[in-house]
Amino acid sequence: MLELQNVSYTVEDEGRPVEILKDVSFKVDDQKFVVITGPNGGGKSTIARLISGVAAPTGGRIIFDGKDVTGLSITDRAKLGIGYALQQPVRFKGIDVKDLLRIAAGHDLTTDEACGYLSRVGLCARDYINREVNASLSGGELKRIEIATLLARKPKLSVFDEPEAGIDLWSFQNLIRVFEIMRSEIEDGSILIISHQERILDIADEIIVVADGQIERQGPKDEIFPHLVGTTSAISGCTRLVERS
Amino acid sequence: MDDIQKRILSEVADLHGVPEGAYNIRVDGGSAGRRSTENIEIIPKPEGSGLDIRIKPGTRRESVHIPVILSKTGMKEVVYNDFYIGEDSDVVIVAGCGIHNCGNQDSQHDGIHRFFVGRGAKMRYVEKHYGEGDGSGKRILNPVTELHLEADSTAELEMVQIRGVDSTERVTTAELAEGARLVVQERLMTHGSQSAVSVYKVDMNGENSTSDVVSRSVARDDSYQKFDALINGNAPCRGHSECDAIIMDRARVLAVPQLDANNIDAALIHEAAIGKIAGDQLIKLMTLGLTEAEAEEQIINGFLK
Repeated sequence: MLELQNVSYTVEDEGRPVEILKDVSFKVDDQKFVVITGPNGGGKSTIARLISGVAAPTGGRIIFDGKDVTGLSITDRAKLGIGYALQQPVRFKGIDVKDLLRIAAGHDLTTDEACGYLSRVGLCARDYINREVNASLSGGELKRIEIATLLARKPKLSVFDEPEAGIDLWSFQNLIRVFEIMRSEIEDGSILIISHQERILDIADEIIVVADGQIERQGPKDEIFPHLVGTTSAISGCTRLVERS
Repeated sequence: MDDIQKRILSEVADLHGVPEGAYNIRVDGGSAGRRSTENIEIIPKPEGSGLDIRIKPGTRRESVHIPVILSKTGMKEVVYNDFYIGEDSDVVIVAGCGIHNCGNQDSQHDGIHRFFVGRGAKMRYVEKHYGEGDGSGKRILNPVTELHLEADSTAELEMVQIRGVDSTERVTTAELAEGARLVVQERLMTHGSQSAVSVYKVDMNGENSTSDVVSRSVARDDSYQKFDALINGNAPCRGHSECDAIIMDRARVLAVPQLDANNIDAALIHEAAIGKIAGDQLIKLMTLGLTEAEAEEQIINGFLK
């Protein structure tokens, strides 16, 4: 499905090169649920940006379904089947939820279809279908709508960048259920999630730990997970609550 | 009417033929059809200089259509329409002007509309402007809208200009008596080397009057827009104006908001935001399979919806 081969990403900061990612290689096989975790600032989000084409690697190759997509645009990768849910969902004045789901699906949607996607992410469809995707929606609502756009898009590979970021704990406990359902329904596609959440890590097939721009560990969940418990790479809901308060 | 005129009629008034209710269709300086109803009387002024439109008190759920079409190059006209809206009525007025100019002379329509909205009456006014034709002659529209709102009356204005008008200077003035309410929604897109100036002057003279003037616009290519809104709070009142513009290419947008509070209980707010399309908006839509140009169109269409 997806393979990163020796991917590096270097930016210039005040004239000096800064390495964000160094020689990162991993695979996401068909029908797998893979979680990338690791400390903040380690380069996880950059991996999602490189896979979706928002940024271009400065070294290495990205292979998707056997094809080298390293030089392809965001649009071309989306058309090949790469879906990307941003960490900070975007707001649009005047575009309503149904518009966004229609764009995601690539064809007109009946109200029933659109409502189906919203119900799956726990939003009462009737209340949201005609709402504008603007500042009147809360972070949790936007996050769910962001996930619903990927459900409507049905990509081969869904990349979620920290679905838990910026939303309250109660909303997230409900969101985890959405990912558990996605996990159980995985058929044609694969899912790659960047997350620190224990419950997300717990349903992974494989876990990749990224720290300091490099892969520190990767392997099956049963092998990696025990090393993470109690670290910032795997935090429980209670820890989050304590940190916030 | 010929096919061009019919098409323009559908652009400016969403009409595909004769509308229901009262109407006057003005084509190239003459009337192409007119109908009064029991409650709405349309009386032409002398020498085709405009119309008096009289709406009886208590008229409810009726509409007036007064579209204007210019299809001859070099046509220039100034038209004076006066609307007398009776007390406690509730009506919709659809105006709008479309210019088709294939020639090399400028075509210009300046519509001067005065509204006298009676006590407790409610009026919704929709005005669409549209231009087309590939001649070198300019398509020019300079509407003046003058509103006199009596006590507890409401005027809701929807002004739309999306395509094809080379130059426009729109002046809207309003005076509000006690409890009167004014709502303006302007939607504007300019392209090429077009210029669009919108001037608003709102006098809230009566206690508990409210006004809300909102402009959303997109300026593309080398076009120029100016939004100049003055809200005067002369009594205990609430006023809000907002200018929200997307700027593209080499366009220029100037927002000149003014609030003038002449009463300790006048609460006035202005918001203005001018900026290009946010990069993350484009990225999000591109991750859904749109090209950059398609993403831009979706964002603009939504913004101006």
